[in-house]
Amino acid sequence: MTTMSATADLASAPTRRISSGARWLAALGAVALVAPFVFSDYHVFQATQIVVYAIAVLGFNLLTGFSGQISLGNGSFYALGAYTSVVLMTHVGVPYWAAPPIVGALCFGVGFLFGRSATRLEGIYLALATFGLAIVTPQILKLDALERWTGGNQGVVISKPVSPIPGLNDDQWLYFFCLIVAVVLFAAAWNVMRGRSGRALIALRDHPIAAGTMGINVPVYKARVFGVSAMYTGIAGALGGLIAGFIAPGSFEIFLSIQLLIGGVVGGVASIFGSLFGALFIEIVPDLAKHASEISPSLEWLAVVQYPIYGALLIVTMMLMPGGMAGLVASARIRIARATATPPRI
Amino acid sequence: MSQRNWFIVTTAPRLAALTGVCILLAAGCTKKKADDGAKPADKGGATAGDSAIPGVTATEIKIGQSMPYSGPASAYGVIGKAEVGFFKMINDKGGINGRKVNLISLDDGYNPAKAVEQTHKLVENEGVAFVFNSVGTANNIAVQKYLNEKKVPQLFVATGADRWGDPEHFPWTIGWQPSYRIEAQIYSKYLMKEKPAAKMCVLFQNDDFGKDYLKGLQEGLADKYERVVVKTASYEATDPTIDSQIVTLQGAGCDTLLVAATPKFAAQSIRKVADLGWKPMFFMSNVSVSLTTVLKPAGLDKSTGIITGAYANDPSDPAMASDPGMNEYRAFAAKYLSDVDPNDVNAVYAFAVGTTLTQVLTACGADLSRANIMKQAASLNKATAPVLIQGIEMSTSATDFRPLQQMQLRRFNGTNFEPFGEVIAGS
Amino acid sequence: MQAFLHQLLSGLADGSLYASIALALVMIFKATHQVNFAQGEMAMFSTFIAYTLAGAGLPYWVAFAITLAFSFVFGVVVQRVIVQRLGRLPHASELTAVVVFIGLLVLFNGTAGLVWGYTNKEFPSPFDSRAWYGSTYLSPHEVGMIVVTLIVLAIVFVFFRFTRLGLAMRAAAENPQSSRLVGIRVGWMLALGWGLAALLGSIAGMMAAPKLFLDPNLMGGVILYGFAAALLGGIDNPWGAPIGGFIVGVLVNLSGAYVVGSHLKQTLALGVIVAVLVFKPSGLFGRTVVVRV
Repeated sequence: MTTMSATADLASAPTRRISSGARWLAALGAVALVAPFVFSDYHVFQATQIVVYAIAVLGFNLLTGFSGQISLGNGSFYALGAYTSVVLMTHVGVPYWAAPPIVGALCFGVGFLFGRSATRLEGIYLALATFGLAIVTPQILKLDALERWTGGNQGVVISKPVSPIPGLNDDQWLYFFCLIVAVVLFAAAWNVMRGRSGRALIALRDHPIAAGTMGINVPVYKARVFGVSAMYTGIAGALGGLIAGFIAPGSFEIFLSIQLLIGGVVGGVASIFGSLFGALFIEIVPDLAKHASEISPSLEWLAVVQYPIYGALLIVTMMLMPGGMAGLVASARIRIARATATPPRI
Repeated sequence: MSQRNWFIVTTAPRLAALTGVCILLAAGCTKKKADDGAKPADKGGATAGDSAIPGVTATEIKIGQSMPYSGPASAYGVIGKAEVGFFKMINDKGGINGRKVNLISLDDGYNPAKAVEQTHKLVENEGVAFVFNSVGTANNIAVQKYLNEKKVPQLFVATGADRWGDPEHFPWTIGWQPSYRIEAQIYSKYLMKEKPAAKMCVLFQNDDFGKDYLKGLQEGLADKYERVVVKTASYEATDPTIDSQIVTLQGAGCDTLLVAATPKFAAQSIRKVADLGWKPMFFMSNVSVSLTTVLKPAGLDKSTGIITGAYANDPSDPAMASDPGMNEYRAFAAKYLSDVDPNDVNAVYAFAVGTTLTQVLTACGADLSRANIMKQAASLNKATAPVLIQGIEMSTSATDFRPLQQMQLRRFNGTNFEPFGEVIAGS
Repeated sequence: MQAFLHQLLSGLADGSLYASIALALVMIFKATHQVNFAQGEMAMFSTFIAYTLAGAGLPYWVAFAITLAFSFVFGVVVQRVIVQRLGRLPHASELTAVVVFIGLLVLFNGTAGLVWGYTNKEFPSPFDSRAWYGSTYLSPHEVGMIVVTLIVLAIVFVFFRFTRLGLAMRAAAENPQSSRLVGIRVGWMLALGWGLAALLGSIAGMMAAPKLFLDPNLMGGVILYGFAAALLGGIDNPWGAPIGGFIVGVLVNLSGAYVVGSHLKQTLALGVIVAVLVFKPSGLFGRTVVVRV
């Protein structure tokens, strides 16, 4: 598949496909709207977390999958968003619903600057630098100098937003709040990727030198994507803090960045809605493992074997289905279409 | 390798819908029909209460906890494992007032965000009566407000942080072990008595655990703190070595050293101090005094002279070979903890806390409401456990939510820890 | 003054740790032009194998030798079974490589934790703790570590510079197509590179474990400094990595003691990495590579 056909595919998709895609989205929307009334509180809690992770994984996908800048440190942006939101709420008095846009803007700025200075870092070296960033993030968060803002080791307790709508309890309200934010962000991403910027990004990812010669301002584009990725991930972090009601440096260890990688890869790194599947994956799999281990005592090891499994999964996914689940679904569709297609009349 | 695009850039709306279906399925599979008394599983109205008591049936008391079974702190997962085994033992003996204890022990990987999730699950999905002995300071802080708001007892929190004894603000949260602050207070009391002109250095882990020791020293030494504590140095749990910090501390000219570190770094510090030829009065945090994980790896000869405070007996101590309390523990470990090292102090700890909980639940009698459970937990009067040191007792009241506040100082003589002096109480 | 000397020598001891893992990173880079994120975890895994062997009663040097052999085979197998397949895929790119390396990292770390648990364990040192060359500045093991690192460094340098095999490996990494034309079996050169890197890593692990104590996070703290060391010295230069290691070790120790405080040491290491990558990506002693468009 060449770049040209890929972008043609995305940008000028025939109306038939859009409407069928729209039908699927409508179905998803229906599920999303009904869910909190059908689930118990705990599952609503989980569903809200999945929605938030989806935003974070999308942020990761935009950076790594769409623009080809490998980041192993998105957890740091997640932490940045969470702490910024908390500082805004506790020290500046910003209400929780106004915090995400401000957090988004701030994180965009930080991400942009980071991307600008990291222009010279390519591929594996960028991965290395961001990996290092993820490792030192907890240490930075624990700095005494910042303790006034961050609460240090003991972390900060966050009040749960109260539902303004009489029919909804607090958990359900928070779910819808996060859902609205997610819909806005996903729609924005989809829109951008369909347009010129989207094509430029893909060109940037696959043939950076050619893209540069064609007039795309490579460093600025890369920095902008970094900014957007940081923005998305930061907003997710802010929302995540609201859900948990608590943040501490211990919530943002290196494994968070690795989880975002896992979510992105499993869902499909260059896909927008694949991030939703990835988010579901990272949220639910530890649960499922625990349930599976309860089936029989001899399966107890399943409960704690998640790390080796994640590792193996990353490797296997990359080898067998590099497009993640999204790629799998897409290629399955093509195969089915081919299998059922009627040959042209001669 | 050439950088071709690996696949079609796609929005994957189908996958998104598929994901929605998966979510529904997952929720369906993992939804537990909560027992009578737990919240109803529909439109969130908090119709708590009903007439049934949460987590309690005629035959069962359901309780829950969140433990680090996976990840880097999973050495403490032994506590959870041992507690599950302990209550199996209790159940085999007939349970408590005719009811079996069902302890649901979930994994949080020592991550506060995950601990929040698991606790929500325990309370909302499983409908437990209360949360028992979850591990980790940040993890417990993360859920403290939630549990207090929902009036779910957060019993015998498994961390040495000091903030659990606050009945005025958090009436549903109670600690258990002597906090690190109290431990440091005890050390400073002893130091001021024996060596008032001491110059002390402190190596501490850069988190709440380590910093609590500093707080304890500040309180124990009061206005003498500035004069006595000459230099402190911190390290991160992710640092490879702490040699540089030890060197810095020695350079400050101290003759007393307190190390508030976890086992790996404690062992490193013992070794480095010995290698430097430095012989300070050496206080070691009581979480890092195990023979197998700290003293032997560091070198028994290098560990001689180390002072620590203890409230429970060490099973590997030769002097405890025929102690009846320890033998009771050993019998339990042999039968119910076959894949755990019986010398693991975490298992001993679990045995002690399990005993305390059993005493509390027994005292509840027929009234196992959350309010009464909390009341009984706050009414301990000189309670003990078989594995606690002679002379150490637990007492609580409506204003005192710190069951254990005493320690016995012990000194390592090359083979085991020898107690000396009296049992000292912190404040 | 004494304290300063202590810090300096302690920094050299720590530095030799970083240097030895940096050597493994350099080896793999020279052989394959890849940076293996999982190098530290593979080293840790090998060290656990040594631990099991020593625990089974084998004398130290026997366990050491078997572990070296095991690590070599281990590295070759990983390359042949996973990395090789990766390289042949139509969608192969840097991202796939990075993801697989992170996958290996998580896999080895998790498996070690599963098999051996997370409590720290004692690991024997071949250097007698009362040997004559110890002092209050450097324990005998630390002296031994430094010497071993230098010896290994010399061997690696000689290998790449003066042997045909080393030359073949370098050629295979730099220009696979031309190498094939002159008869070098590129696939096996890459596998050899991985095997040797794993072997070097296991030496690093076995030198580190007596000092740091063995648990699955043995290399977790070290790897960041190892990267800093390798990049600072020049990731394609065997001499550069150890020098980078010693510099990083001393720099971090001295800064931690006198300048920024011990709670910013890791951030300092990150600073070194970023500074090198931004200002002088080839490191102090590496070769600058110019890419023709």
